[in-house]
Amino acid sequence: MTVAVLVVDDSKLARIVVGKAIAALQPEWSRCEAGSAAEALSLMGGRSVDVVILDYNMPDRNGLDLAEELRGRFPEMPIALATANVQDEIIARARAVDVAFVPKPVTEDGLRGFLSGAALQLRSRSR
Amino acid sequence: MTERTILLNELESDALTELVNIGVSRAASGLRQMVGRQVVLSVPSVEVVSRAAAAALIRERETGPLVAVRQDFHGALEGQALLIFPEQNSIELLRSVAGDLEAHELADMEDEALLETGNIVLNSCLATMANMLERPLEMSLPQVIRGEGARLFVLSSDPADAGVVLFLYINFAVSDRDIRGYIAMLMDLPSLDMLKILIGEFIQRVLGEDDG
Repeated sequence: MTVAVLVVDDSKLARIVVGKAIAALQPEWSRCEAGSAAEALSLMGGRSVDVVILDYNMPDRNGLDLAEELRGRFPEMPIALATANVQDEIIARARAVDVAFVPKPVTEDGLRGFLSGAALQLRSRSR
Repeated sequence: MTERTILLNELESDALTELVNIGVSRAASGLRQMVGRQVVLSVPSVEVVSRAAAAALIRERETGPLVAVRQDFHGALEGQALLIFPEQNSIELLRSVAGDLEAHELADMEDEALLETGNIVLNSCLATMANMLERPLEMSLPQVIRGEGARLFVLSSDPADAGVVLFLYINFAVSDRDIRGYIAMLMDLPSLDMLKILIGEFIQRVLGEDDG
């Protein structure tokens, strides 16, 4: 089954950048995107998503709030937070809900570790 | 908003906001190390306004006197970066940065602590943006300015000041402390054409690398 990855970022440019990095690293995966936490939740209500990459600083709800809600609903889903904001409190909250960090600006190198970990996790679960 | 759309198209404006977001996020991480508490950021606002209107945007949210650390930047882009606080916050900031001090020490150290904090925050923000735009920016030494919004934004009788500037600002607040303020940037009009070019190149780099 094709892995579906959701990219949530209020910046269209940032979504394109992340999408390109995913396409280069996991060309088989299908990609979808949302411009806000609310849009992400409504999209996830209508289709299945396997992996989520979230921007931190977004209007309305930030990516960490969304990550915490998603973790409650999907205990095993690979989730990453993309940010240049590496404050201890943010890292601690992300770790507490098993959310990975991806440095911004997002590059293939920066995303590689998270995506291969997610791919491995999904493969071992489907076995 | 109308003027802004004339200057920068949707994707350029999006890219600029993202650049500022990344720069300010790094700056907030640096400030967090100094004050030992989480620094909470708003999303950036980007406006094309006159200097007077920029000052008014801050002024209308603040009732008391303000203190700012200002650094001018030169190079491909020209403008000013400011870290602005309500003046009553500056002693609290100093306590957070320097720990508990005697009253006379506090007074002596206040400007020094402001300069150091401003220098770290503004440099990390501007350096991150300069790196992403692949153009070096030269930074002047920081200076402390007290007073009205108009003073902070170098309003003068210079006819150049009558023109519009690109005004970027973000609110920040320090958790559990009575410290909040703004990180603001003003860019002069001749810089806006260059900024549009640099942002265009940046977009090309991040989007176009493997096309074709």
